[in-house]
Amino acid sequence: MVVSIMGTRVLRKEDPKLLTVGGTYTADLRDARLEGAAHVCYARASALGAVSGVDVSGALATPGVLGVVTNSDLADFPLQPPQMDLFPEEMLRRSWLVDDAALFVGEPVAAVVAESVVAAVDGAEAVEVIYGGGEPATVIDLEDADGDAEVIFGEVGTNLALNLETVDMSTGFSDGDFFEDCEVVIHQRVENHKVAAVPLEGRSVACCWENGSLTVWMSTQAPHLVQGVFRNVYDLSRKDCRIIAPDVGGGFGQKVNHSQEEMLLPELARRFGRPMRWTETRTENLIGFGHGRAQVQRVTLGGDADGKVRRYRLEVICDSGAYPGVGAFLPYFTHLMASGTYDIAEIETRCRSVVTSTAPTQAYRGAGRPEATAAIERAVDIFAARCGRDPVEVRAQNLIAPERFPVTTAVGTEYDSGEYARALEKALEASGYEDLRREQARRRAEGDPRLLGIGVSCYVEITAGPAPGGKEYAKVEITPEGGARVLSGAFSHGQGHLTTFAMLASDSLGIPIEQVEVIQGDTAQIDKGVGTFGSRSLQLGGSAVCDASNQVIDLARETAADILEAASADVVFDAEKGFHVSGAPAVAVSWADLAERAEAPLSADSNFFAAASYPFGAHVAVVEVDRETGEVTLERMITCDDSGPLLNPMVAEGQRHGGIAQGAAQALIEEMRYDPWGNPVTSTFADYGIISAAELPSFELVVMETPSPHNPLGFKGIGESGTIGSTPAVQSAVVDALAHLGVTHVDIPCTPERVWRALS
Amino acid sequence: MIPAAFDYIRATSADEAIAALAEHGDDAKLLAGGHSLLPLMRFRLARPAVVVDIGRLNDLKYIRDEGDHVAIGALTRHRDVETSEVVAAKVGLLGEVTSHVGDPQVRHRGTIGGAVAHGDPASDIPSALIALGAVLVAAGPSGSREISVDDFFAGFLETALSPEEVLTEVRIPATDGAWGFEKFNRRAQDWAIVGCSAAVRADAGVGVALVNMHPTPIRAGATEAALAGGAGAAQAAEVAAEGCDPTEDLNASVEYRQHLARVLTRRALEAAGL
Ligand SMILES: Cc1cc2nc3c(=O)[nH]c(=O)nc-3n(C[C@H](O)[C@H](O)[C@H](O)COP(=O)(O)OP(=O)(O)OC[C@H]3O[C@@H](n4cnc5c(N)ncnc54)[C@H](O)[C@@H]3O)c2cc1C
Repeated sequence: MVVSIMGTRVLRKEDPKLLTVGGTYTADLRDARLEGAAHVCYARASALGAVSGVDVSGALATPGVLGVVTNSDLADFPLQPPQMDLFPEEMLRRSWLVDDAALFVGEPVAAVVAESVVAAVDGAEAVEVIYGGGEPATVIDLEDADGDAEVIFGEVGTNLALNLETVDMSTGFSDGDFFEDCEVVIHQRVENHKVAAVPLEGRSVACCWENGSLTVWMSTQAPHLVQGVFRNVYDLSRKDCRIIAPDVGGGFGQKVNHSQEEMLLPELARRFGRPMRWTETRTENLIGFGHGRAQVQRVTLGGDADGKVRRYRLEVICDSGAYPGVGAFLPYFTHLMASGTYDIAEIETRCRSVVTSTAPTQAYRGAGRPEATAAIERAVDIFAARCGRDPVEVRAQNLIAPERFPVTTAVGTEYDSGEYARALEKALEASGYEDLRREQARRRAEGDPRLLGIGVSCYVEITAGPAPGGKEYAKVEITPEGGARVLSGAFSHGQGHLTTFAMLASDSLGIPIEQVEVIQGDTAQIDKGVGTFGSRSLQLGGSAVCDASNQVIDLARETAADILEAASADVVFDAEKGFHVSGAPAVAVSWADLAERAEAPLSADSNFFAAASYPFGAHVAVVEVDRETGEVTLERMITCDDSGPLLNPMVAEGQRHGGIAQGAAQALIEEMRYDPWGNPVTSTFADYGIISAAELPSFELVVMETPSPHNPLGFKGIGESGTIGSTPAVQSAVVDALAHLGVTHVDIPCTPERVWRALS
Repeated sequence: MIPAAFDYIRATSADEAIAALAEHGDDAKLLAGGHSLLPLMRFRLARPAVVVDIGRLNDLKYIRDEGDHVAIGALTRHRDVETSEVVAAKVGLLGEVTSHVGDPQVRHRGTIGGAVAHGDPASDIPSALIALGAVLVAAGPSGSREISVDDFFAGFLETALSPEEVLTEVRIPATDGAWGFEKFNRRAQDWAIVGCSAAVRADAGVGVALVNMHPTPIRAGATEAALAGGAGAAQAAEVAAEGCDPTEDLNASVEYRQHLARVLTRRALEAAGL
């Protein structure tokens, strides 16, 4: 009997290479087409302000430099299309390189092209940006930007990039006293600060032209999306624009979209008649592109004195950075998930995004949903405290009941399936919640300087969203030897699709996993695709693999029927034997037999569409706070994350581990900071607090599997859950540790000094 | 992340290094473990025209028990100090402090001489040397001289070494007294936000020094005086920040640093049995 490998801890097929010889990242590529490539280093603005000129003479005189391109050299080159067109015209017209003003420190000013990386770096250092023409508008703080203290785009007359109400992405606030019928109303300003995505591999691109055809190797999460942008900029047909993504060392949202530095590379290659390469440094990655979160929220929650929540108002101001793009749109997700896991009768949201003198913001793991969870969880905690109730009891009292699904929340979001109370119970049980509370009481009574805090968060999030849902492509082919080849439009950059997608094909087709090869990341081999982000890949890309595999079985049935000399309706397929006449398994046709017989290779594809799914769970964080120094130690992290049936529990655990770590890091350490003049000051790993295993406990993971009705196998996304649940749980634990001293709120990151100040 | 171009000389003896320094003056920099110098060069914050590599001067890699003191060659790696039995037995504080430097990779490269010669107020090692009352030995064109650790740190990243001198040895008075070390940081491998070394010396005096509380590594003079005057740990720690001129940075305001100095000093003193 064949035992299904579904739901088992199949070891990752990609790991032997990664753990021995290592991956081949874009910067490592050796390819004949890149022979003789020149290297680019971008000279960057070291200050904000009007720019009257760029002196490139020093760069041109640098040995090894082939040339320097500034924005004035690009007058004839069409502007790149904006990421989204929701914003005022003037904010969308971003030049390729700094034109007459540097709007954020780190903005690229000139492309220095040289024989070697070293020469390019030397040349870039010699580029002189000539500032002049008045004081720059310098607006670092997003609330200052919101108040139009100074206006960055004078022609627009305001820093407001997008009021989401005007595009129906938030409800707006009604007149009158929204909370009139509430006995208890709490209000809190909540910061959800800016963080950097920090993929271990930064941005990297190589490209070449051959007879008008472009090949781009790029560290991206979404080769096909990026192909669309390159085709648009360079006016190329699909066949003349090939995007290859080699191994990619993480993205976390930063590599879904494209940047100036990447998109300009083929133009440089064309001008210099050479293949071209560009790989950024860690500092460029930290300051140049793609910060996430960056919201200030005002939450107001009202309800009955016994803890029943009735009404909620959420105001969001989001920092879009100097040029609005995806980041400015993400408050939409915050709006969609405003209700969290709770049954709240009335909700109003007011969301807007403003430009600031900082690097543009992008999607970062969770992208708008962590902010929603953080807001509602903080509000519920404070509401519970005001009602004099345990925060867990108030949560349990207000959670959406399982029998209500599918359920539409007050903001109109339709959740597919969920058992929120059970997730909370399971996490609490695993944490020994009652014992923890007893230990906390003991320490408080004894005046122990090691304060104990217990934080709980309940979350629900949206994956493969927003409505109406998403698509992903896969093609499945039977090889002449009877193995299978899966061509996937999703793109694993650490998520393990080479293993998990092979498991799906193997299970459907009855072909051993060793004989299933998954191919991804090459637009020449894979006709269509979207990419991997928003925790979409298994539910869409994985479902596409199953769908295509089932189609292949149906196609093969005809040929099998011919071989068996039977009517195709009488031929059945089972994963163990292959095709045989129903009730006569002794004579069976294998995939190898079929491959031999078939005139054309047996193959089928699927562009699988499904509505968004809603993973959920509950996190419990236990912290110790040093009463004297304010230092917070995360002692335990217990999470119940339900993303539907687990295809490979080990891979899912990996996703949870990384997510929990990043979420906890935002709560405790990580923060992207700028000084008042717009200089990014957390520009290396010495200053930017990327977390390590040493600061984290071993995570205690609780399993729960509630299927989604939206795809045949019931999958939901697991990629972002950890990040979404953990930040508010850890923050809540810190506040809880101080609660008996009258503290009701501490903003994240809960740095030692911040906690110390809250204590004093 | 690529240093500006430089010439490279590999010294095969201390004399050769001194000669190279004498020839190139201010344009030259010694390279020991490289873990302070190379980061500066990679950000182009330091751009020496000549780098004189002393990393292979094996005759300056030693830890010797000299009875009343321990002599450590300037090129001795942190890892060797951390694991040395002589250090553990006679200048235990130094071994403990060294084990908190960076991570194992850093400790396998960085040298005690480099940690001292760099004159970094955030470095942990000088605090141990101040608390223990070390003497530093420098060799130059006109021979060798001894410098008390109290006269060594001249300003931010500045020391009493002249541009032609090579630090050759660190001498630390032996003690079997108790000691304590406190390092406060955000992440395991981070530099100290504030740190404190305290040691009971052979003469029964107590040495106390602070990390990252001043433009230079600094002795907590007021605390030492209070202890000498009979104050207990808690009372003596109250004056730990006196005479210090700390700066504000991403991790801490001046006020918080001063607070940390007091708390950490008390804890270090308590750990030293005071
Ligand atoms: C990631 C990282 C983390 C770190 N964390 C810590 C930490 O937590 N605590 C801590 O204390 N340190 C830390 N360090 C610094 C580390 O201890 C360094 O190794 C040490 O400060 C310098 O020693 P070095 O041998 O590497 O010196 P180098 O970098 O080679 O030299 C430093 C300076 O001293 C001069 N110099 C070196 N040797 C001599 C000599 N014999 N005579 C005269 N001048 C000399 C050089 O010219 C240079 O100016 C860290 C370093 C890194 C890279």
